[in-house]
Amino acid sequence: MKLKSSSKPAFPWFGMDIGGTLVKLVYFEPKDITAEEEQEEVENLKSIRWYLTSNTAYGKTGVRDVHLELRNLTICGRTGNLHFIRFPTAAMHKFIQMGRDKHFSSLHTTLCATGGGAYKFENDFRTMADLELLKLDELDCLIQGLLYIDSVGFNDHPECYFFENPSDTQNCIKKPCCLDNLFPMLLVNIGSGVSILAVYAKDDYKRVTGTSLGGGTFLGLCCLLTGCETFEEALEMASKGDSTNVDKLVKDIYGGDYQRFGLQGSAVASSFGHMMSKEKRESISKEDLARATLVTITNNIGSIARMCAVNEKIERVVFVGNFLRINTVSTKLLAYAMDFWSKGQLRALFLEHEGYFGAVGAFLELLKSSDDA
Amino acid sequence: MALCGVADTGSHSMDKSITLPPDEIFRNLENAKRFAIDIGGSLTKLAYYSTVQHKVAKVRSFDHSAKETDGDPLYEISVQEEITARLHFIKFENAYIETCLDFIKDHLVNTETKVIKATGGGAHKFKDLIEKKLKLKVDKEDEMTCLIKGCNFVLKNIPHEAFVYAKHADSEFRFQHTHPDIFPYLLINIGSGVSIVKVEAEDKFERIGGSSIGGGTFWGLGALLTKTKRFDELLQLASKGQHTNVDMLVKDIYGGAYGSLGLTGDLIASSFGKSATTDKEFSKEDMAKSLLHMISNDIGQLACLYAKLHNLTRVYFGGFFIRGHPVTMHTITYSINFFTKGEVQALFLRHEGYLGAIGAFLKGAEEDNPNQYSWGENYAGSSGLMSVSPELNPIQRARSGTFDMLEMDRLERQLVNLPLLQDPTSYIPDTVDLTEDALAREYWLYCFEEALDGVVKRAIASQKDQPEAVERAEKFRQKYRHKLQTLRHQPFAYGSLTVRSLLDTREHCLNEFNFPDPYSKIKQKENDMALKYYLKVVKSVEELSWEQRQFNLVKGLLAGNVFDWGAKAVSDVLESDPEFGFEQAKQQLQDNSGIDIILGVFPFIRELLIRGTEVVLASNSAPALNDVTNSELQILTERIAAMDPVIHAALKEDRLALVQNGSSSPCLDLSRLDKVLATVVRERGTDLVIIEGMGRAIHTNYYAMLSCESLKLAVIKNSWLADRLGGKIFSVVFKYEVPSKAQGQH
Repeated sequence: MKLKSSSKPAFPWFGMDIGGTLVKLVYFEPKDITAEEEQEEVENLKSIRWYLTSNTAYGKTGVRDVHLELRNLTICGRTGNLHFIRFPTAAMHKFIQMGRDKHFSSLHTTLCATGGGAYKFENDFRTMADLELLKLDELDCLIQGLLYIDSVGFNDHPECYFFENPSDTQNCIKKPCCLDNLFPMLLVNIGSGVSILAVYAKDDYKRVTGTSLGGGTFLGLCCLLTGCETFEEALEMASKGDSTNVDKLVKDIYGGDYQRFGLQGSAVASSFGHMMSKEKRESISKEDLARATLVTITNNIGSIARMCAVNEKIERVVFVGNFLRINTVSTKLLAYAMDFWSKGQLRALFLEHEGYFGAVGAFLELLKSSDDA
Repeated sequence: MALCGVADTGSHSMDKSITLPPDEIFRNLENAKRFAIDIGGSLTKLAYYSTVQHKVAKVRSFDHSAKETDGDPLYEISVQEEITARLHFIKFENAYIETCLDFIKDHLVNTETKVIKATGGGAHKFKDLIEKKLKLKVDKEDEMTCLIKGCNFVLKNIPHEAFVYAKHADSEFRFQHTHPDIFPYLLINIGSGVSIVKVEAEDKFERIGGSSIGGGTFWGLGALLTKTKRFDELLQLASKGQHTNVDMLVKDIYGGAYGSLGLTGDLIASSFGKSATTDKEFSKEDMAKSLLHMISNDIGQLACLYAKLHNLTRVYFGGFFIRGHPVTMHTITYSINFFTKGEVQALFLRHEGYLGAIGAFLKGAEEDNPNQYSWGENYAGSSGLMSVSPELNPIQRARSGTFDMLEMDRLERQLVNLPLLQDPTSYIPDTVDLTEDALAREYWLYCFEEALDGVVKRAIASQKDQPEAVERAEKFRQKYRHKLQTLRHQPFAYGSLTVRSLLDTREHCLNEFNFPDPYSKIKQKENDMALKYYLKVVKSVEELSWEQRQFNLVKGLLAGNVFDWGAKAVSDVLESDPEFGFEQAKQQLQDNSGIDIILGVFPFIRELLIRGTEVVLASNSAPALNDVTNSELQILTERIAAMDPVIHAALKEDRLALVQNGSSSPCLDLSRLDKVLATVVRERGTDLVIIEGMGRAIHTNYYAMLSCESLKLAVIKNSWLADRLGGKIFSVVFKYEVPSKAQGQH
């Protein structure tokens, strides 16, 4: 679609990433609005700004991640705050209806969207709300968004962190760090499923592989196994559980380490392996099951990521995606897995804005496309 | 990891009331020694070594310094007892362990055995029981070492051990021809967990990786999700389910394909991605299917990553997750194909379930040096692939319970490749793969069934002096007919089905019932007669001009080939009157001047010898149909040499060498030839190979490419085959091939 040919796009500035499970939305709230501007601002726009910035929850399922807000950001000559909002993809039609009710189409803005939903819901946006989407590739957006956020930092703190002493559970500490030599990096994006990219430069990357065992699998299996309903609930249960009641360890089979192959007794030999036994199935708690599911999925991602890193000869592995949100069990486990299995060769890195980079990338595209016009 | 932990197998319990058909299962126990046992989560595999006493037909030359009289046969045939080594492997459900141990204890004669080698996750659980019952000390061996040893053994000794599984193809099993060098390869063992092992040499292997998501995950998680206890039932559920109800596909996210990445809409984006809701019920079948896909894809992906990292293309899959289950073989194949874009094929093994037991056995038998010998699968004593698969073979299952057997015979000779094969890696002995060619299969199975009566008759006739031969022959008939029936339903049971394998199976069954050489007397009679004509033939040939002589010699070579008891058209004539059959046949097939070897081959090689060509005459090591054996040939040559100075001189000067080929089949596998023959071929710088006869030049080796000149000749003695090849019955194949320069340089 055609964009307005002004040097700056008209407000509101949004970027949207419609994933399989979650919709991620970034919204730029200008803080440098002049009185003149305010007078000219249409009512619509004002109400949107007010609605988004004065609430932290929208409807039953929409949430603003206040702790991630980037303040005093200057971009495209304007200064303001960048807000991070998410809601389930299942609520997409409600969202489109809201867009129609609020006459979003009258705002002359471009809705930049990425993720599979940009394609899936394109027609619904058009027919239900008279909105045209500018569809963007999700991996392009992911990388551009990530590089941007890393470059502006997280309110004067580094965006990136790692774990010190990952192999020592007692002394494993989260440490902020700066990504000085960014490239090459292996970027592991864990959403509903997982995509693994090798990034060599800003515009030079390839998708190495992916796996269908991702965040969606964790939540899907947890719901079936424990009857829980939300990611938060599943994680809460997992944090209290013990996976060794569910998984069969090397020592459960060999009585200790399997020395012939240098396998520690504490290593998982068979995920859910104890569940082959009826007695064990009957004595297991939901928390243990949730924990085992989390550990299984996380270890598997770690294993595939590590093999990709070795095959691609990349030492820096950056994990992003909403699966890692409020999920220190997984981040620590990934840090441990990278370190232990590579004998210290690989380093796992994490980013504070986990799942929002796609949306940020889409948002940047809005600003960029108007520059070009 | 080969972590086949012992888990409950659901409904199984010790059942001592079962009655085994023990003679058919634990065979030759009286001579058994060197026991090994591999106890997995649900199946036990027992291995032992035995010596089999069986009859062999021996020929012995009479002292022919004495004056020859007309009626005397040229040599003596005696049936002797010979002892050969055999390996027995028996697979049965753990529920039968106690019954089986009792049976073995009652029948074990050899008391020298003190130790039983044991491996497998269940070995410790049954240790006390085994020690108590058998009074043998249980000696545990490392599971992975056993697995690899077993794998090397079957890959080396069983042609068609490995196969590719193609669910939707005409033949689901596409057998691979054994690569002369089996190393290096990757073995992915999917037990409770997954072990990925790189094998570089007989004793050099390394566990390069693994995964905890394996068969135990499918079973454990599957049991939780579906409340289904048994592994097989879970697989059954999975085969009926629709994973798209549970999994989030690319099209569920994109509305279609993710084109720019080449991800199709049907690809699974997130396993169980649709089940993150409490509003919906999911069927057991659908969940099981989704779980199966999830685990198979995950293992396939890891396998590919490891194969790529270590630059390996041969990837074998084993473990209880795979073991003969078409469902998992299919999903693993699919996954490997997807992740390597077809560059790597998933390979499976016919005797995968036996690897641990074979390896443990080999560990215990190291002092016998089993790896020094070549071994061959005994088709008569082995059950074949899928013999216990209930859906595939209800008859057999009912017959032998759930017992599956593998028997391997120690071959007298060590077998190697013919050094003159142009490309040993792509050499395929058999001309037609009956596993894939349904029409040909139907014809040949019918043909062999039709011929069975005649073979039985012939067998009895060969042992007229033994009244119980009739009974044995009847047993042979039943056994072979049953094999044919099995092959009708499961053509893949013993690897690729070929005319050769049908013939070999028949030989194995005949041997099983002590009919070592039903044609020995016929051969003797024919040889006697032919010898008498020899000089006459040679003389008449000598009188011809050079050109005519060549023509005549080749004609003789081909004409001799008509006398083939394996060919139905010929044996019908020969058998039509048991008394006068042979004379009659000779008249009917008048234009040939004698029988194959003496009147066809000898005049021909005589001509070569006169030309100054050195000749290596290779023949079968053991009897098959009416083909001449090496020991018979030794005697015949001696006799011919006594009459013919050309042959005499050639023998003396070593320009004519008689070498056995290591085979006991009417067909010929040039990748399994006697090591001595291979050495002779190499040392003498052989530059022409002549392969004669329908079995060796048509059923096998018709397409074989050699690095030197070759001549393949035969008479097509089968009208169906003649039809197929676009000719008439008794047409001649005379195929002279010169390797192309570029290929010859290899």
